[in-house]
Amino acid sequence: MNRISRLLLRREAGILVMIALFCLAVGAVKPHFLTLDSLQIVLLLVPLTLMGAMGQMMVIVARHVDLSIGSILGLTAMASGMMFRYHPEVWWPLGFVLSIGIGALLGLANGAVVTFFRLPAIIVTLGTLNLYRGLTFIMSNAKQIDRQYVPVELKAMSQTSPIFGIPWIILMSFAVALATYYFVMHTRIGRQIYALGSNPVAAPLRGIDVTKVTLLVFTLSGALSGLAGIMYASRWGFVNPSNTGAGFEFQVIAAVVIGGVSINGGVGAVLGTALGVLLLGCVAAALPLLGIPGTTQNAIYGAVILAALLIDRLVRRQGQRGAAIRGAA
Amino acid sequence: MSPIESPAVAAPRGAAPARPMWHVMLVRPETMTLALLVLGVLVASEISPYFLDIRYILKSFTLSAEFAIVALVLTMVIISGEIDLSPASNMALSACLFAYALQAGAPMPLAIGVGLLAGLAMGALNAFMIIGLQLPSIIVTIGTLTLYRGLAQVIAGDKSIRVPESFTGVDTALLLGVPVPVLIFMALSLALGLVLGATIFGRQIYLIGTNEIAARHAGVRSRRIKTFLFLAMGLVSAVAGLMTASRLGSVRYDLGIGGELQMVLMAMLGGTYIFGGRGTILGTFLAAWLLVIVTTGMIVADWLPAYQLCVLGVLLILSIVATNIIYSRTER
Repeated sequence: MNRISRLLLRREAGILVMIALFCLAVGAVKPHFLTLDSLQIVLLLVPLTLMGAMGQMMVIVARHVDLSIGSILGLTAMASGMMFRYHPEVWWPLGFVLSIGIGALLGLANGAVVTFFRLPAIIVTLGTLNLYRGLTFIMSNAKQIDRQYVPVELKAMSQTSPIFGIPWIILMSFAVALATYYFVMHTRIGRQIYALGSNPVAAPLRGIDVTKVTLLVFTLSGALSGLAGIMYASRWGFVNPSNTGAGFEFQVIAAVVIGGVSINGGVGAVLGTALGVLLLGCVAAALPLLGIPGTTQNAIYGAVILAALLIDRLVRRQGQRGAAIRGAA
Repeated sequence: MSPIESPAVAAPRGAAPARPMWHVMLVRPETMTLALLVLGVLVASEISPYFLDIRYILKSFTLSAEFAIVALVLTMVIISGEIDLSPASNMALSACLFAYALQAGAPMPLAIGVGLLAGLAMGALNAFMIIGLQLPSIIVTIGTLTLYRGLAQVIAGDKSIRVPESFTGVDTALLLGVPVPVLIFMALSLALGLVLGATIFGRQIYLIGTNEIAARHAGVRSRRIKTFLFLAMGLVSAVAGLMTASRLGSVRYDLGIGGELQMVLMAMLGGTYIFGGRGTILGTFLAAWLLVIVTTGMIVADWLPAYQLCVLGVLLILSIVATNIIYSRTER
């Protein structure tokens, strides 16, 4: 146990060092990067990714993967956007209930197909990625929800702050991270996610309800993407059927794997994942300052995923958990 | 990701009785694909008499021939127990590099060489990460899917690069009355079908997918074979990318975007077992035609692209569910 916690500590310390080095390097070229202004920019970039990453972390710890989160984000944002547009009389916070509820249902559908038919999550969620995106187009009639329809109060959540000048949206994402920490570290079912991911064969023998845990992680991932969906409407003020959430899954997976969540399941922590999100946020904020066009972002996410896999591989080689145990996974 | 297996109950079992011949021949996913294909043609010809015109179908096929060609090799990769989600991005990057080289003044053969070599290099990177470093192909190819597409975006920006007239029109070129991409697809199907079904190399691919450790103990050079498959995947994707460039007459970073869905769908619909070890080229061949009938049918019926996205997504899930059920009924 001591060895594992030390390993994790090193991993998280490693990401912190990477963030610091990166910021100092950028700051050396553009001193403006090291001001509070850009901290604000970074913090405004991360909340959606952080919410998505908390869900994806649990899914990957349970040895699955959820590719459909970007489409869930789009669909749930569109659902709330359409409610705001066609039923402006409805009390706007119900948008949260709607988005999170629909997100949870879509996630549950993913989990149900994966667990009841024993199918690999990657293929199932590749299917639902397209299915949910198609549904978004159909229900919105391919029309964007423009700024004037999104409630002012909702948009204000990304700008106004209840405390210390930190906007609501950032506080909410931190609350999600804290809740996830409590859930996976201090509840029975949260620990069961790790048990299942560490050894899917042994888990049911120790009385873990595999179906329940699998359904739960996918539902939570969907619900958190739903929350990210309504916050997208708050942050950007519009919902577009094709752009909203497109590519979100790669950004989140990049953050999660750089944060030290092992793709072999069973390993991953909230702090590391959050730091991974923060690192990607710093990179995204630094690009325009350095005059690098935004078109490089996807290449960077891809490179980050591969780099994280390499690091993961090196760490594992040093650790006790050899590849030999896993065999040909 | 390995399936979660329930604890095996150690009951002594005698040899199961051999299944009757008709059972072996008929109860297999390819039969389902063929039945769906016939059904598809019947339904489609009700919608529009065009579907009884073979020339119309051949012409429609050129639109997805590139994906179909890649899907053939993907079938072999999946049979060997791995997966590759990056070929559609590979197509875009190799096509962008090809167009970029042309724009920089390279002669045509050199530019084609650049494109093909780039595809091969991308396949080699996948192979290095998956076979060399023993990382799971699922997550590696999600990474390279993002990386290759992103690099294409870096090279081409948001603009489209035109390719010269002389290179365009592979889709309209006819040989013996058949469009060239369709001929390439059929020739490759035949060749790979023979390789997979009738050579030692092909049988070794099945063995690797069924049980890689056993295959290695049996002297199968699984690492070498898998490396070869990923290299082939890269090369074929590059060829498909160049064919797409020729068909469209220009190259953009979003060339073939989302194509991984259609490729995986063709393999799955053709009865390739997602956990490896089972599947045939014949199945993928039939599934490619089935998919063309379905997508063209939806276009003819004037459905919105969004409905097509939904249909393809649902088909993917239904096809793996059905294939899994059929295979679990015919447990070896």
